[in-house]
Amino acid sequence: MRNLIAAPVILFAVMLQSAVVSRVYLLSGFADLPLVMLAAWALQPEVKTAWHWAAAAGLLVGFVSGIAWFVPVLSYLMVVMFAQVLQRRVWQAPLLAMFLVTFLGSVVLYLLSFSVLRLSDVPLPVGDTLGLLALPGTLLNMLLAIPAYAVMRDLSGWVHPSQEVE
Amino acid sequence: MRDLFSRTLQTTIIFLIVGGVMALALGGYFSSASNVFSGSLISLQSWFSSRFVAVQDFITAPRDIASLRQRNSELESEVAELQAQVIQLQQQVGETEILAALVDFSRASPDNTYLAAAVIGRDPSPFLHYIIINRGSNDGILRGMPVVTNQGLVGRIDAVIADAARVQLITDPASNVNVRLENAETDASLVGSVTGDLLLELIPQDITIEVGDLVLTSGLGGGYPPDLIVGQVVNVRSRDFDLFQQATVQPVADFDRLQIVLVIVNFRPVDIAPLFPTP
Repeated sequence: MRNLIAAPVILFAVMLQSAVVSRVYLLSGFADLPLVMLAAWALQPEVKTAWHWAAAAGLLVGFVSGIAWFVPVLSYLMVVMFAQVLQRRVWQAPLLAMFLVTFLGSVVLYLLSFSVLRLSDVPLPVGDTLGLLALPGTLLNMLLAIPAYAVMRDLSGWVHPSQEVE
Repeated sequence: MRDLFSRTLQTTIIFLIVGGVMALALGGYFSSASNVFSGSLISLQSWFSSRFVAVQDFITAPRDIASLRQRNSELESEVAELQAQVIQLQQQVGETEILAALVDFSRASPDNTYLAAAVIGRDPSPFLHYIIINRGSNDGILRGMPVVTNQGLVGRIDAVIADAARVQLITDPASNVNVRLENAETDASLVGSVTGDLLLELIPQDITIEVGDLVLTSGLGGGYPPDLIVGQVVNVRSRDFDLFQQATVQPVADFDRLQIVLVIVNFRPVDIAPLFPTP
């Protein structure tokens, strides 16, 4: 039942992304709110699994966006995978892990989008894509990471109250 | 006579003493003493004043604060309400201006049938330049229909659901529009880019292009109706070793501030892909 919270949160994140975040440019790039929120959720200690969050968010973004549907699905699944690996094995400092997962997730998303579009014969120059789109977008994702982590920590505490007391 | 002399002397001495003291004070010789004195006075006056205000507050506060707080909250709520009304009215004025311009535009080209739609979102991916509008198949929107504003061409419908549609802007990297240069009387291909810039390609080398030339849709290929304004040439790049010239185009539509667009619903795009021989 706790997993049902994913539906309104993801829907809200995708709506906010389409209506607001994608209008706030830095050069030609903008932040990816569903990716950052997914990373923040997957890194919460109480959260056991976030795969279904990633699949739902990816499918929803794939439906709204003109890009191939599997690009956001695969990217978001990778974000959850990075988060789980880092949470269990490497990092104890949550914010550092958050930054790292956001960075890696952004890189995967941009790399995958770029490759798929290039394979579809869309002319994307590497220099412009990297300098004007990918790097500013990654920077904005990193800036968004701190507030997103705080919001998702509160949400996690609200969804898992008993574990928080322990 | 002696008394008069004595009083005059007294007065002179007093003036001299007062003058001397004033001169010393102005020269700053009494500053430390005057600071101590004035400081003590100010402290004392502050103490009296604060006690008086405290007593006055104690006597008058209960009635005044209650009524003032009530009045303040009433006024605050009234101000908030008025501010909301102002914002709402400003939005309505903005929308009315846009709609009036769109109505003028549709009257100017009566051959086309337009359907107005509000822009409700943009593509979540920064690689693509798409917008989402609040009209869909329930309103008669079909894939491929051109989308314009009163300024000029915006793009075309890429995907449709019941109550919404996705529009591929002409600035999208995958967009390709067949255009003609009004003054040069030549056809060219207009492509978008990841940065949103518009480039004119496939312009023959023997054609003279001027900065400021108007770019219109040519209608070739059947993707767009002819003679829709796209933009103006702002920069020309012509090199001897290139097969074609290139030009940068400034679009007439402001793609960052699209709020309401018009879909040309009586235009049916022609798919010419089956005419091309497959290898």
